[in-house]
Amino acid sequence: MSATFLGMPAFPRNAARAVGDSQLRFNLRKATRTIRGRRAAMVGEVPGWEELRAAGRQIKDHTLRHLDRYLLQLEEAVARAGGRVHWAADADEANRIVAGLVEATGETSVVKVKSMATQEIGLNEALAARGITAYETDLAELIVQLGDDLPSHILVPAIHRNRAEIREIFREKMAEWGRPAPEDLTDEPRALAEAARLHLRERFLSTKVAVSGANFMIAETGTLVVLESEGNGRMCLTLPETLISVVGIEKLLPTWQDLEVFLQLLPRSSTGERMNPYTSTWTGASEGQEFHLVLLDNGRTRVLADEVGRQALRCIRCSACLNVCPVYERVGGHAYGSVYPGPIGAILTPQLRGTDSGASAPPGGMPASAAPAPGGRMPASATAVSRGRMPASATAVSRGRMPASATAVSRGRMPASATAELDASLPYASSLCGACYEVCPVAIDIPEVLVHLRAKAPHPRAERLAMRAAGWVLDRPVRLARAQRLSGRLRRFVPRRLPGPAAAWTDTRDIPDIPAESFRDWWDRTDGGTR
Amino acid sequence: MRVALFITCVNDTLFPGTGRAVVTLLRRLGCEVDFPRAQTCCGQMHVNTGYPREGTRLARHFADVFAGYDAVVTPSGSCAAMVREQYPRLARTAAAAGRPASSGTARDAGGRAAGRTAPPSFAEEVAALVPKVHDLSEFLVDVLGVTDVGACFPHRVTYHPTCHSLRGLRLGDRPTRLLEQVRGLELVPLPGAEECCGFGGTFAVKNPAVSAAMCADKAHNVMATGAEVLCAADNSCLMHIGGALGRQRAGIRVMHLAEILAATESGETAAAPAGPAARTRTAPATRPLSAPAARTLAAPGGATPAGPAAGTPPEPGPAAHGRTGEER
Ligand code: SF4
Repeated sequence: MSATFLGMPAFPRNAARAVGDSQLRFNLRKATRTIRGRRAAMVGEVPGWEELRAAGRQIKDHTLRHLDRYLLQLEEAVARAGGRVHWAADADEANRIVAGLVEATGETSVVKVKSMATQEIGLNEALAARGITAYETDLAELIVQLGDDLPSHILVPAIHRNRAEIREIFREKMAEWGRPAPEDLTDEPRALAEAARLHLRERFLSTKVAVSGANFMIAETGTLVVLESEGNGRMCLTLPETLISVVGIEKLLPTWQDLEVFLQLLPRSSTGERMNPYTSTWTGASEGQEFHLVLLDNGRTRVLADEVGRQALRCIRCSACLNVCPVYERVGGHAYGSVYPGPIGAILTPQLRGTDSGASAPPGGMPASAAPAPGGRMPASATAVSRGRMPASATAVSRGRMPASATAVSRGRMPASATAELDASLPYASSLCGACYEVCPVAIDIPEVLVHLRAKAPHPRAERLAMRAAGWVLDRPVRLARAQRLSGRLRRFVPRRLPGPAAAWTDTRDIPDIPAESFRDWWDRTDGGTR
Repeated sequence: MRVALFITCVNDTLFPGTGRAVVTLLRRLGCEVDFPRAQTCCGQMHVNTGYPREGTRLARHFADVFAGYDAVVTPSGSCAAMVREQYPRLARTAAAAGRPASSGTARDAGGRAAGRTAPPSFAEEVAALVPKVHDLSEFLVDVLGVTDVGACFPHRVTYHPTCHSLRGLRLGDRPTRLLEQVRGLELVPLPGAEECCGFGGTFAVKNPAVSAAMCADKAHNVMATGAEVLCAADNSCLMHIGGALGRQRAGIRVMHLAEILAATESGETAAAPAGPAARTRTAPATRPLSAPAARTLAAPGGATPAGPAAGTPPEPGPAAHGRTGEER
C-alpha cells in the first residue's frame, strides 16, 4: 500500500467528491446494507444481548483502569512462554523494532495477517524503506495492496471495489507480486478467490517471517487471539519460523473467561456470523519458532487520560458502526483520511494523532501516511513522514494553515498539522444520529465523544462570531423577541436562494417562510390565546 | 395539571403554529398551560457545534426558568433529549470546573426562584429538572395516559421518527399510537424510517453534500409511501426534509405531530386567532396545499376553543389562508 492520507483536505470536501461517485455509492449501499441486515439478525437472536454488551463494556473499562498492572502481567506471561516483549511508544519505534527483528533473521520479505495496528503505524511503508517487502494475505487487503490503493473499511478494506474492478486488478498486478492470475480469470467470486488462493499459497510456503496483529491478548496466560475468516491468518501464524505481533496496548483482557463475552460480541457485530470461521490462539513461542510481541502505545495513553474520550479505547474494531452509519454509507472510508474510517475513526483518529485539541501532536502520533487519499498516490515523502522524518519543506504548506505546527517541525517530527485540518473536521463528520452508539458491542457513546471533541476542535473565525452573536441574542428573552420581530419585518425580502455560507442550505432545500409573528408575541398579544 | 410549555427557539421563531397547536391540544385535554416568558433556547446548537460555554449558559438559564414547574412539555424530541442526555454532562463539567451556578437574568425575569436564600447548584437543578421535561408524545401517553386525543385529520400520513426521538428519548411507538387514534387518518409506514434524514443541526451546512445525499433518500422513501403529509415530532428535521421536498416540487406537506393531534372535525387546530400570523406571502408553488387539508386546518374567522378570532393584527395583512402552509 503506497498511497497516503497526508495533506488530505478536510472531510466536507472529500465527502462532497465521494458523494458524486456513483460506482462507489452503489458498492457501498449494497455492501453496508447487506452486512447491516446480517448483523441485525444475528444480534436479534441472542437473548440478553444488552447484558452481554454491558459486560463487554465493563470488562474493557476495568482493564483500561488497571492497564499498567495487566500489561506487566501479560509481559511476564509471554516471557514465561518463550516469547519476547518489546514496548513501542510510537509508530517510529514500533516500525524500527519490527524492521530490526526482520533484518536479524536475514529475510527480506514477510507475510502479513490483516492488522489495523500495523496499518496505523504505516509498517509496510517503513519496511519497504528498509528493503523488506510485506505481503498482505487477507483477500481484501491483497486487493488493496495490488491496486496500490487504500483501505476504506476496517473489516472489508476493499468494500469500495466491485467484482469487475477486482478482476482487473488481479489480471494487471498479480504477476508483479508473484504468481500471475490465470489468463481466463472471470469476475465470478469463486474464480477470484481461487486466483488469490493460488497466488497466496506460494507465498505462505516460501516466507519465513510473519507479522500479525491480534484481536485480544489475555493477561493471565499471555495468550494472543486472532479472529479471521479465510484461514490465511492460521497459515501465517503457524508456518513461518518467526512471528512478530504488533498489538495496541488496549487489546488486553484480564482472563480467558473474559474472552467468552467477546467471542460472542465480535463475530455477530462484525461479519454477522454466529461464530467466525477461524479463531487462532497462541501462547508464547512454539517449538522451533520465535515469537515477538510489540506492544504499541502510539497515542493510546494520551487517549486514556481523557475522561470522555477514553471510551474509544474499548473498541474491538468490529466495524458495526461503519456499516450502520448513514454518513459512511454515502462517502466510504477514504474521506476520513485514516485507516480508521467511519464513526470510530472520527473519534479515534484525532485523539490518536493528538490533534484533537487543535495543537500539534506530541512526538510519535499516528502517521498521516498510513493510508491513501481518495484516488491519490503516495508521494515519495510519505515514507519519510511515516517514519517521523518529514522534510521541513514539506510542511511549508501546512504551516501556513496551522502555526501550531512550528513546534513540531522544530522537534523534527512529523507535524500534526499535516492532517490538522482534516482531523479538526472529523468530529463534525456526523449528524449525531446515534445509530453507531446503538450497535456498538462495547457501548461506546460515539456521539458523546464527537460533541466532546467538537468543543476542543479549532473553530473558524466566522463561525465563532456567529455563534457568539447567537448566544448573545439567546441570552435574554428581550433580545430574542427583538430579533424575531426584525426577521418578521424583513421576511418578504428573504430570497429563495441565500448567498454566502447560507447557500449550503438553500442549494438543495427551500427555506421555511418566516412568520410575521413569533410564538411569544402571539402569546402576549392574545394572552395565551384566550383573548 | 399545570404544565409549562418549552416552545424551543426554532418553533418560537419559525413555527409558531406548532406552539399554538400544543396549547390547543393540552387545553383540550384539561391542562393549564403556562408559557414562561423568560425562556429562550436549550443550548443544543451551541453544545453540539462545539461551544459548550455558551451552551452551558443557556442550559443554566433554562434550568432557572423551568425550576418551579411540575411538568415541562416541549414539541421537540431533540430539545427534550438535549435536556435529558446532555444537561447532566454539562452540570458535571461545570461542577468539575468549580464555577458557581447562576445566570441571574432568568431568576429575575422569571421570578420563580425569587426568595430562595441559597440557590441550588446547577447540578441539583438539573437533577430535579430532568425527570420533569417531556417530549409532547411522552407527556400525552405516559403522564396524561391518553392515546386518543380527540383529533380528526382525514389524510394519508407517514411518520418519520427522528433520531433523537427514536434513539435518544426512546419514544418507541408512542407517536404512532397517538396517530393511529386520529379519526380519518390513514397511517402508512415509512420505509427506512429509523435512518437519519441528514439534518443534524449545523451538520446540514457543515457537510451539505452528505446531508443532501441523506435527505434525498429520505425524501425518496417518503414519496414511495404515497402519503400526502409527512409527520414528525421535530420541526428542525421537518424543515430540512420539507425544504428538500419543496425544492423537488414533491407535493407533500410536512406537519408537526402536535398540529395533527390538535386538528378536529370542526377544523380548528390552534388557540390562535388567525390575524397577524397569517401568511402574507402567497403560497409558493413549491408547497402545494391540498384544498381539503387547507380547509381542515385553516380557521379563518372560525371559532377557536379559547375565543373568537378577534386579534388586531399589528400590521396590515390579508386574512389567513391555510395555517399550515404559512410557516413552512
Ligand atoms: S466503535 Fe464499537 S461498533 Fe465501531 S468498530 Fe469499535 S467496537 Fe465496533
